[in-house]
Amino acid sequence: MRTLSLADAVALIPDGASLMIGGFMAVGTPESMVDELVRQGKRDLTVIANDTALPGVGIGKLVRARLVKKAIVSHIGLNPETQAQMIAGEMEVDLVPQGTLIERIRAGGFGLGGILTATGVGTVVEEGKQKVTVAGKEYLVEPALRADFALVHAFLADYLGNLTYALTGRNFNPVIAMAADTVIAATENVVPVGLISPDHVITPAPLVDYLIAQS
Amino acid sequence: MDAQTVIAKRIALELRDGMLVNLGIGIPTRVSNYVPVGMRVYFQSENGLIGTGAVPEEGMHHRLLTDAGGKPVTALPGASTFDSAMSFGLIRGGHLAMTVLGGLQVDQSGHLANWMIPGKMVPGMGGAMDLASGAKRVVIAMQHSAKGKSKVVKACSLPLTSARPIDLLVSELAVIAFPGGRATLVETAPGVSVQQVLAATEAELVVPDKVAEMAI
Repeated sequence: MRTLSLADAVALIPDGASLMIGGFMAVGTPESMVDELVRQGKRDLTVIANDTALPGVGIGKLVRARLVKKAIVSHIGLNPETQAQMIAGEMEVDLVPQGTLIERIRAGGFGLGGILTATGVGTVVEEGKQKVTVAGKEYLVEPALRADFALVHAFLADYLGNLTYALTGRNFNPVIAMAADTVIAATENVVPVGLISPDHVITPAPLVDYLIAQS
Repeated sequence: MDAQTVIAKRIALELRDGMLVNLGIGIPTRVSNYVPVGMRVYFQSENGLIGTGAVPEEGMHHRLLTDAGGKPVTALPGASTFDSAMSFGLIRGGHLAMTVLGGLQVDQSGHLANWMIPGKMVPGMGGAMDLASGAKRVVIAMQHSAKGKSKVVKACSLPLTSARPIDLLVSELAVIAFPGGRATLVETAPGVSVQQVLAATEAELVVPDKVAEMAI
């Protein structure tokens, strides 16, 4: 694990990168990294996240700055700017049931090719997908998801990069920390090594490539 | 009593001590106002919380503690938090005793449409498909009609949320169950006749000899 300035960490991300970004309606989104992506004007991004938040908030900042080429998310209902860009053909939006989305990411991080889920069977979600029957029940085959970068929001870290999260700020964060080639974590608080009890570490330090003490 | 109160109070009668329950946004959220005194019900928010409490007082909002709509909530003593994979494992894995969801249409076979109106509203399904497919019991809280048109229809014209039929529909007029896959009128709201329900319903309803009144 290396510590980096916010600007240097975000400078690692090239135009066209795929990013998994933590947060649920911007709660638990690393706003500092989102702001810096906008400042550095990273373009043609693929964003994999729960939602696109609200206009100008969290991932909504990337949408407003028109930096997102494709979004793989479960919900855009509270961000009319995403909907407008989607309808205008300026952004591709892949809507995925939330439980399927997080489990595809988990599969990507856990070395699995994908998952079987009954969610979406008999709906428009099944269109074009492989179906299998296991023990008499029908499932969709949903492929694993990985990304170039995971942008993680932590509540507390130590100087090795062990991470913990707070309340509903956890959401996608520990799952995406398993599923990207490069993991950048922005933390609200940093404490000396040893202060986080081993039982309370949620994301172990070796998963974190870069740590920024600015959430 | 307004329509939403009738629906919320009636659904609250489905709660049992110790249940893990997920409430959708809108009318379903109001069910938590009518938990019987002394009963402990665990409310899940799919953003990663069991033990969701009331909306906090002004000034006590915590930016990392919200419901699935991103609105501030509190966590009750005994609450627990977890990531989204665990949250949907609870939903799909048979751990969620009941979900209460809003609806755009329910048809006479119990199919639910509640996530999009093609060409008008494409918000994304969020957690609705997982909840409607995965919860042990699916209860829909829905006004019976919108703009003079019945939302209880013969066949959903809107895209389905799940192929799995719902268990119970509660509107401000009636409680409808789906034994054997057929919409069956089981209760009417206070002061509402069976004829009034039938007149307001597009779906074909099975009407038993005796239809009870909602005990609200």
